[in-house]
Amino acid sequence: MSEKKLKVLTMAEWAEEGKTPEILFWVGCAGSFDSRAQKITQSFCKILYHAGIEFGILGTEESCTGDPARRAGNEFVFQMLALQNIETLNAYQIEKIVTACPHCFNTIKNEYPALGGNYEVIHHTQLLRDLIEAGKIKVTEGNAATKLTYHDSCYMGRVNGEYEAPRQVIDSLKMDFKEMKRSRKNGLCCGAGGAQMFKEDEPGDKRVNIERIEEALGTDSEVILANCPFCITMLSDGLKAKDKQDDVMVYDLSELIVQNNSW
Amino acid sequence: MEIAQIAFIILLLITFFWSYKKYSELVRAIFLARPVEIKGPVSARLRNMFLVAFGQKKMFKRFLPALFHLFIYVAFLITQIKLIEIIIDGISGSHRILAEPLGGLYTFVVSSIEVLSVLAFVATVIFLWRRNLLKLPRFKTAEMTTWPRLDANIILWAEMVLIFGIFAYNGADTVLQSRDFPGYPDTGNLAVSSWFGPTLFGGMETSSLLMWERLGWWVHILAVFGFIVYLPYSKHLHIFFAFPNTYFAKLKPRGEMENMPEIMNEVKSMMGLTQEEEQSVDMEEIPEFGSKDIFDLDRINLLGAYSCTECGRCTAVCPAHITGKKLSPRKIVMDIRDRAEEVVAKLKSGNPEYIREDLRDKEKKLTAKNFDDGKSLFDYISPEELHACTTCNACVEACPVMIDPLEPILKMRRYEILTQSAGPSDWMPMFTSLENNGSPWQMSEARDAWKEDLEE
Ligand code: SF4
Ligand code: SF4
Repeated sequence: MSEKKLKVLTMAEWAEEGKTPEILFWVGCAGSFDSRAQKITQSFCKILYHAGIEFGILGTEESCTGDPARRAGNEFVFQMLALQNIETLNAYQIEKIVTACPHCFNTIKNEYPALGGNYEVIHHTQLLRDLIEAGKIKVTEGNAATKLTYHDSCYMGRVNGEYEAPRQVIDSLKMDFKEMKRSRKNGLCCGAGGAQMFKEDEPGDKRVNIERIEEALGTDSEVILANCPFCITMLSDGLKAKDKQDDVMVYDLSELIVQNNSW
Repeated sequence: MEIAQIAFIILLLITFFWSYKKYSELVRAIFLARPVEIKGPVSARLRNMFLVAFGQKKMFKRFLPALFHLFIYVAFLITQIKLIEIIIDGISGSHRILAEPLGGLYTFVVSSIEVLSVLAFVATVIFLWRRNLLKLPRFKTAEMTTWPRLDANIILWAEMVLIFGIFAYNGADTVLQSRDFPGYPDTGNLAVSSWFGPTLFGGMETSSLLMWERLGWWVHILAVFGFIVYLPYSKHLHIFFAFPNTYFAKLKPRGEMENMPEIMNEVKSMMGLTQEEEQSVDMEEIPEFGSKDIFDLDRINLLGAYSCTECGRCTAVCPAHITGKKLSPRKIVMDIRDRAEEVVAKLKSGNPEYIREDLRDKEKKLTAKNFDDGKSLFDYISPEELHACTTCNACVEACPVMIDPLEPILKMRRYEILTQSAGPSDWMPMFTSLENNGSPWQMSEARDAWKEDLEE
């Protein structure tokens, strides 16, 4: 495997060259700043590169989509962030956006149109599925004995109805996949949504992520897959609380593909 | 005219006027909330109504309860066809006036009612057992206080009484027919009563049969009248309200929170994004944002609250509730209905004490516009409940009649943050950081620092 440096261009840099890439990769706050989620961002960039897709990022011109502010109830902050982002996106005449964050996906796709931002938005699991189907990225069949389970994020699953794409990606790896009891429409939240990520749980018997990790551990899996950086944080914290962080791994789908690539 | 006819006509009129009054009150209660623009195609709405309300699609996530519920429901619907005849008979003093003209069709309809009533009887017994003896957690959460539990049982017992009435009425009648008693036209072979009647009533004197037949008839019709009068006070209102509620349920994408154009325009003008003429936002009077009371919810939210079956499917899947937090989406929905009922009762009282204090000198008549009883939804729903929601939409997905418990939660959060400037203290640094850095975390590194050590 080569260790050549991979260069990611911002939209401003593309514009300097007088070119427009096929697609904008919306990185999101977690993907930009959270050290765990940065690895997902990097994995996804590698996949895009190896699939031969020209993409750009907004870099420092990107802001939070406003999802946590809006769901916390702070419409002013939401509008400030959203309108700013829409200004930027429209200035670059962006048409197509891919993101690895279900919350960014939802806000840009479903909420920006009312504010004057209309784009074609896809989630990275959907793009991964398409790329695998089209033969643009090749995966080795993984270790068939590796036991996997998958956690549906609320915002891709129940909110946007995407249950199949991640499962198709998993199927392509031919590993030992087992569903949790609460999956798809009945999937249990990781506990991060609605700006819960940024506050303590309200008083109760346990944290939501503990409830979820107990269920995931119940499948006896060695790897828990997810498609949302916030879910991944929550599940990883849950594992630590159960002292299982050395036995069980939590990965984003893109990381699993990079681990099992045959490019 | 006989006494029985007069009694029947009086009862019919009382039921009619009482329910007219009560049901128009319900509509007025729903209209206390804000109007909503009904968006989206009629065909999609009709489809929802047909599949979800009529076809009970969302109930069939769990097969057996859904099937039993369907028995009771279809039995209830089809029994009402018979009501036409009962009313004609009751007023005119005739007996089974439609039996002869309809012939075989009559036998078919009454037989269907009988078969479904037997199925409904089985289902009712199972539901009574499930509700009272089986320890199902969703029937026992905090909001299931005495009245909601009693309400659930009353209707099940009333169902039993109704079924008893139907079989006493049909069973005794069958035996009377076989004895060629004058005035009892041939109903054909009824599916259940043709054997059940002779078995139970076969050995009785004709005079007792006449008594049982009348008793059955009266029990049947009184149960139906009682039902109609009782529904507006009960969770069983969903029998009717499920239809408008599924029809009007919002068709927008689930993940879209309603935009607030007032704030959008204000922010736009702050950011210099608007033309001069568009800047018409009048910030003279400090506006209230979000929902404090039922008046600030919309009519679909209120219609939903009145349609709630109190089944608790939403609460059973709520991650906050599952992990022992105070939030229960069912309670949110029930609280909205309770608060609406409180407001309606106070408005009806006309008590000038409920006129907003600063208007009391000017306005003498209590109206929805000047109403202020010093209370609000926040007296029912605590911030702790609102703050526990992860917006996971599990409750929205679970509701069999398409109520959205999440929307009112988020509207109340908006009130808390935007109007009261309150909210969880953890969120304050997040807001500040979002405003200043465009990220929920205070970060010193660049947004694209992850690019630096990226390898192929
Ligand atoms: S959206 Fe909120 S109230 Fe509804 S189930 Fe999820 S956490 Fe509970
Ligand atoms: S809101 Fe829907 S799911 Fe919840 S109790 Fe009412 S009817 Fe049942």
